[in-house]
Amino acid sequence: MANLTPELEAERKKICGHAKEVGLDFFETIFELITYDQICQFAAYGGFPVRYPHWKFGMEYEHLSKSYEYGLSKIYEMVINTDPCYAYLMEGNSMMDQKLVMAHVYGHCDFFKNNIWFSKTNRKMMDAMANNATRIRRYMDRYGQDVVENFIDRCLSIENLIDRHSVYTTTSITKSQTPAQEAPTLLRYERDYMRNYINPPDYIEAQKKKAQEEASKQNRFPSQPERDVLKFLLAYGPLEDWQQDVLGIIRDEAYYFAPQGMTKTMNEGWASYWHTHLMTRKILNDSEIIDYADHHSGTVAMHPQGYNPYKVGLELLKEIEERWDKGRFGREWEDCDDVREKKHWDKKTMLGREKIFEVRKIYNDVTFIDEFLTEDFCVRNKMFVYKFNKRTQQFEIDTKDFKAIKAKLLFQMTNFGQPIIKVLDGNFENRGELLLGHLWEGIDMQPDYLQETIKNVFGVWGRPVNLATIMDGEGHMYRYDGEKIQVVKDSAVASVAPEKPEEEKKTP
Amino acid sequence: MSIKEDLNRFRDIIRGKIKEDFRRFVSQGEMIGKRENEYVKIPLPQIEIPTFRYGPKNQGGVGQGEGKPGDSVGEAQPGQGQAGNTPGEHMLEVEFTVGELAQILGEKLALPNIKPKGQKNVETTKTKYSGLAPVGPQGLRHFKHSYKRALARQISSGTYNPGDPMVIPRREDMKFKSFKTVTKPMTKAVVIYMMDVSGSMGDEQKEIVRIESFWINAWLQKHYKGLETRFIIHDAAAKEVDESTFFKTSESGGTLISSAYKLCQEMIEKDYPPNEWNIYPFHFSDGDNWSGEDTRLCIRLLHEFFLSKCNAFFYGQVESKYGSGQFLKDLQKEFGNDDRVITSQIENKDKIMDSIKDFLGKGK
Repeated sequence: MANLTPELEAERKKICGHAKEVGLDFFETIFELITYDQICQFAAYGGFPVRYPHWKFGMEYEHLSKSYEYGLSKIYEMVINTDPCYAYLMEGNSMMDQKLVMAHVYGHCDFFKNNIWFSKTNRKMMDAMANNATRIRRYMDRYGQDVVENFIDRCLSIENLIDRHSVYTTTSITKSQTPAQEAPTLLRYERDYMRNYINPPDYIEAQKKKAQEEASKQNRFPSQPERDVLKFLLAYGPLEDWQQDVLGIIRDEAYYFAPQGMTKTMNEGWASYWHTHLMTRKILNDSEIIDYADHHSGTVAMHPQGYNPYKVGLELLKEIEERWDKGRFGREWEDCDDVREKKHWDKKTMLGREKIFEVRKIYNDVTFIDEFLTEDFCVRNKMFVYKFNKRTQQFEIDTKDFKAIKAKLLFQMTNFGQPIIKVLDGNFENRGELLLGHLWEGIDMQPDYLQETIKNVFGVWGRPVNLATIMDGEGHMYRYDGEKIQVVKDSAVASVAPEKPEEEKKTP
Repeated sequence: MSIKEDLNRFRDIIRGKIKEDFRRFVSQGEMIGKRENEYVKIPLPQIEIPTFRYGPKNQGGVGQGEGKPGDSVGEAQPGQGQAGNTPGEHMLEVEFTVGELAQILGEKLALPNIKPKGQKNVETTKTKYSGLAPVGPQGLRHFKHSYKRALARQISSGTYNPGDPMVIPRREDMKFKSFKTVTKPMTKAVVIYMMDVSGSMGDEQKEIVRIESFWINAWLQKHYKGLETRFIIHDAAAKEVDESTFFKTSESGGTLISSAYKLCQEMIEKDYPPNEWNIYPFHFSDGDNWSGEDTRLCIRLLHEFFLSKCNAFFYGQVESKYGSGQFLKDLQKEFGNDDRVITSQIENKDKIMDSIKDFLGKGK
């Protein structure tokens, strides 16, 4: 399998040893040396050599290989979360680059193995993907490529409608089996004048209402709004066997890739932290310092128009390490108002290394930023929020306010910055129609994409599809019945959409 | 690898798109502006799978760097968070070579391949390095091959030492490149464009000629390597000009079409012996000739010279406000059934595709 040159293999052994020495813990990692064309292919397939046939991979490949050929971008490193881990090195990179990539990769592998958000991923995904591909190819042979491909197109259009947290919950939310009480039992009373005291009419009335609500809730289908729209469609959509299988495959693969999106900043920060540590202390030789500095500074460059997860992740981890080394945490630190004292605060606790290992184990990007991003950090790292100015047709710096930065970052990371959609009713208006609700959090969806996507949901559900959302401050109900899109403005609709953000969004 | 299948699938879909919109692209003059460097940019729909996503109010993000509120951080990049006005698609510039464009054009218009004439008469010989020989001049020594053989011999005889990897080739290890001569049929072609630049031909008419000649060239170039092009303009007298002059000149005065035909005849007689060359004379005019007598002279020239010497004779009549269009009628009357004279009427830019089909659809 591994086809490294003897020189690379020797370096790999050394780096692997150093990585273990500092406490990194990873599955066996297999490096392969491949050409840029293969790198582009694998990258187009999300890191896997075999995926089901679909034009989007071809498109992705064309973009990657064109931009490599024109010198616009280059993929240095690719590693996939499997056991054993597979990582790819590109033929023709300099020795220093290869060493850096290997050190970086060991960081990722450690993260994959130990971060709790990856704990539910299938580590044999390489085989699963290949099997999925075989099955889809078989369907294509049997039902025709166009038919299957069109269905895949639809599924891909809604592949983000999954509940990323569902895989971590152990309690299943099942319908409560207790029958709803029709009427509240009245307490026994002996004297008539006591009746209204023992069974107050207001209270009885309220109880009745509550019971009715409870009853209607149980008749609802699904009983709770369902965040995993794909699961709902799989269970209740009128799909043929092969369609069900295809939708299931798309859903599985979406769940497999989800943790990588949820931990992008931390994962890259962690890998960068360790490549810096290992390279500068153990691996580099004198002649490589300049090249290394050049490469590294490119990786962690700050961009005025864009957020660099490598940079922010690395700096945050370094700050955490320093804070815990110097004891800058806890009640005493929080309560201290003296700027000078804070500046020279050093309790020599030396807990930094331990702390960052703990952070890499239990945090994801949302909780990571929420907990560790500080005002001081934003100022030092020159962070700001930018926005589009219609008048000048340019992006401009909007504010450097800490709260705004944190809010924006958290918003972009929550649900990957995508709107949250839930199934509210699978038998809407008692006509077997689907009612989806958008959890509106202050930003409207893009109407044209919304309409196209509703059509795709219709393609799976087979009956008219409704979506409740808010546009320009007004409740809107979109409906597609297979022929045309109807949009109804309805202030009552707003109450259909869930009002409160539930677990996800925390505003600082 | 299956990536090739996926790529072809994607390209097929894209091609399906480009074919639908092709007429629109063709009548955009901008495309030709870039032909000097052989690349033409076409805006192409990139297929984007629609998803539920936030709208334009979500534009912006968190950045890092120097600056204070109000400072610009750069232009809006198309396709990046910008609202698309068509769902599910956004524009991507894909570069095609002229050859690929010609291919698409050919498919779109179902153009037959051209059958070159004179193929059998003319042959060229070429030297081609095609194999290896044990003997040869040192200059043709095949280093890599010789080295490998020497290395193999040393390893098998046990004289190779990896610690001191010195390889000494012997005489028997040496290999030399060898060549053979191949004969190839030679197809040469020349396109001679003639255009009426008298007062009645306006800018719009010339634009049509320019676009049409670009596509004709693209198509012919696909069939003939090293296609030559010559340009003749005429009013009452004809002269040869270079390409840029051809499209820019505007004269006033009368029109004697025969003057151009005569010059073209001289050109062919002097430079292009018809048994070696495929000759494509194209003439564009608004159809207003000075006199019936001159038209008769033109017809006589066609009969006596062009029809026997050229692959075909092409006449394109561009509609203008001033032209009577008589010349086209005269030609059609005379050569109505003769497929060696191909005529086409181009009313406006949108008809360019039809006209190309008229001209090249016969596979001449």
